[in-house]
Amino acid sequence: MTGTLTLHRAGPGVTVQDLGRPGMTAQGLSQGGAADRLALHEAAALLGLRTPVPALEMAMTGAEVSVDTPTRVALTGARMQAMLNGQPVAWNATHLLHPWDRLTIGAARAGIYGYLTPAGGIATAAVMGGHGAHLTAGIGTALGPETVLPLGRDPDPAARQTVIRTDDRLSGGTLRMMPGPQTGLFDDATRARFHATHFTRSRTGNRQGVRLDFDGDPFSSGTDSLASDIIRAGDVQMTGEGVPYILLSECQTMGGYPRIGTVLPQDLPRVAQAAPGTEFAFREMTVAEADALWQPDQDVLKSLKAKVQPLRRDPHDIPDLLSYQLIGGVIRGDETED
Amino acid sequence: MNRGALLMREGYRALRGHGTPVATDRVSPHLFAQKRPDMMTDTIRPEILPHGQDGLSLRLGLTPAEQTIGAVMALREALEQTPPDGTEEIAGSLTSVYLRFDPARTTRDAVVASARAVADRTDLDAAALPAPHRRWTIPVVIGGAHGPQFGEMAGAAGLSEAAAREALLTAKLRVLAIGFAPGLPYMGLLPPEWDVPRLRDLTPNVPRGALVAAVRQVILFTNATPTGWRHVGMSAFPGFRPDRDPASPLRAGDEVRLAAMTPADLEALERDDPDGLGGARCETLR
Repeated sequence: MTGTLTLHRAGPGVTVQDLGRPGMTAQGLSQGGAADRLALHEAAALLGLRTPVPALEMAMTGAEVSVDTPTRVALTGARMQAMLNGQPVAWNATHLLHPWDRLTIGAARAGIYGYLTPAGGIATAAVMGGHGAHLTAGIGTALGPETVLPLGRDPDPAARQTVIRTDDRLSGGTLRMMPGPQTGLFDDATRARFHATHFTRSRTGNRQGVRLDFDGDPFSSGTDSLASDIIRAGDVQMTGEGVPYILLSECQTMGGYPRIGTVLPQDLPRVAQAAPGTEFAFREMTVAEADALWQPDQDVLKSLKAKVQPLRRDPHDIPDLLSYQLIGGVIRGDETED
Repeated sequence: MNRGALLMREGYRALRGHGTPVATDRVSPHLFAQKRPDMMTDTIRPEILPHGQDGLSLRLGLTPAEQTIGAVMALREALEQTPPDGTEEIAGSLTSVYLRFDPARTTRDAVVASARAVADRTDLDAAALPAPHRRWTIPVVIGGAHGPQFGEMAGAAGLSEAAAREALLTAKLRVLAIGFAPGLPYMGLLPPEWDVPRLRDLTPNVPRGALVAAVRQVILFTNATPTGWRHVGMSAFPGFRPDRDPASPLRAGDEVRLAAMTPADLEALERDDPDGLGGARCETLR
């Protein structure tokens, strides 16, 4: 059975996102898709899906939703406060929503982009082979309150609730960088200084990219009148002021600023999830080292599935067990035992 | 050796010093805008550089010299005809070809080797661009209220307005690259007198459909944007239509002729555009 999901309230940056539209560079369209692709894979692992499905991406602030058909949802990405009918529920976990439930997701406590993934995916019509909004291309829009979205069928609404333990990616750290086409435009001293510099995520940033702040001289390539060239997510551009920008999924496809290198896609969720002020450093890798770390999406999903566990509930974590069970409406009897 | 070439050679040593397994071609000074006459006999060959774990850049220059643009177009077409195994997509800028591959199906070394083989058997030195597959005729209003900076552009090119209009309407433009914004075509090259730099101060809001000019090129804007390019005319051409397939009607390599229309024609097209192409026509040539 298919159904709908209604947004009763939505923060300003709520969009549908999937894994984007690869292969459109020649048309000037960057891949786009979820700012934190790993969060969509975690959701697929939690829900036992074969592949990630279109989800709600919520930037900084969440949403209040209900469904008209029982469906599981997974909550992943930036840690946001989630309440089911007023009771706090676990993040990085699945929850079964019934038509009488209200799921309320508040502001991010850590990270930027939270994800609400219905088990059947959000089933809006595909545009150019994708379901996600690509706002800079004018595809899709940010979703306002009272939006009703079609849902795909949950393949297994009765499945046990699950939880996944994730490695921290919400607090910056070291970003692995491989040489790119223009790394050679920067001299050895500039590159050495770049790799020895501590950066913080500036207040300027969105799905197109984030700017980094630092103390010290600008990073200059010594080249002016460079022709615009193909750019992609992960590229680290130096603006005219010599300040680095790390490009994210919704970047343009061509840019005229010199690029010092490319952050590995495995580390881009860390970039996307960094709140202003988060600290970063870069670690230079050879092309061979970087290539050896490439992983197909299917392998990423497989390794995440190995980390998924049943959601154990301690009765002490449930403030009012009786009201929980009444409101939840379904008592399997094993909630406190597994 | 010019400064750019020197930096590139140093850059190369730096990349090799990192143990980069990508075999890189010798950097030819020929690839730079300031060519030394004694180097003119060098053969243009792409530098093959890494661009992401699953990507390559085949670069033919750092600045868009006429010869570089031609070589990029020839190389891109050759790669599209004989893509290396495992190729996922090919795109081009004015100075390079971008190739993304699937590392599950191939290796970087294998893609580099077959891309180099394609480059080696392609004549990248030919002065002429490869013949176009398609020719578009796109109606535009030039100058007046629809091209408020046309007079200024003609003056900067040292032309009368009549001569500048004639030059735009007779130019055999080619789509050199699509990018920056979805479907946005960079078209050129206009004659050398049109090598006018972008304005230092951006014009805040140039509308969708605008024809803008700078550096021997013209663009038709797909959305309203601030720009340093001079606003010389207006079209009803939609460069990007996400609800259509293909979303971007123009492809790199297409020939484009601009055709004159009146402001009344433009208004009529804005009211009713049955083909959704702003009155543009497309002929298949080969």
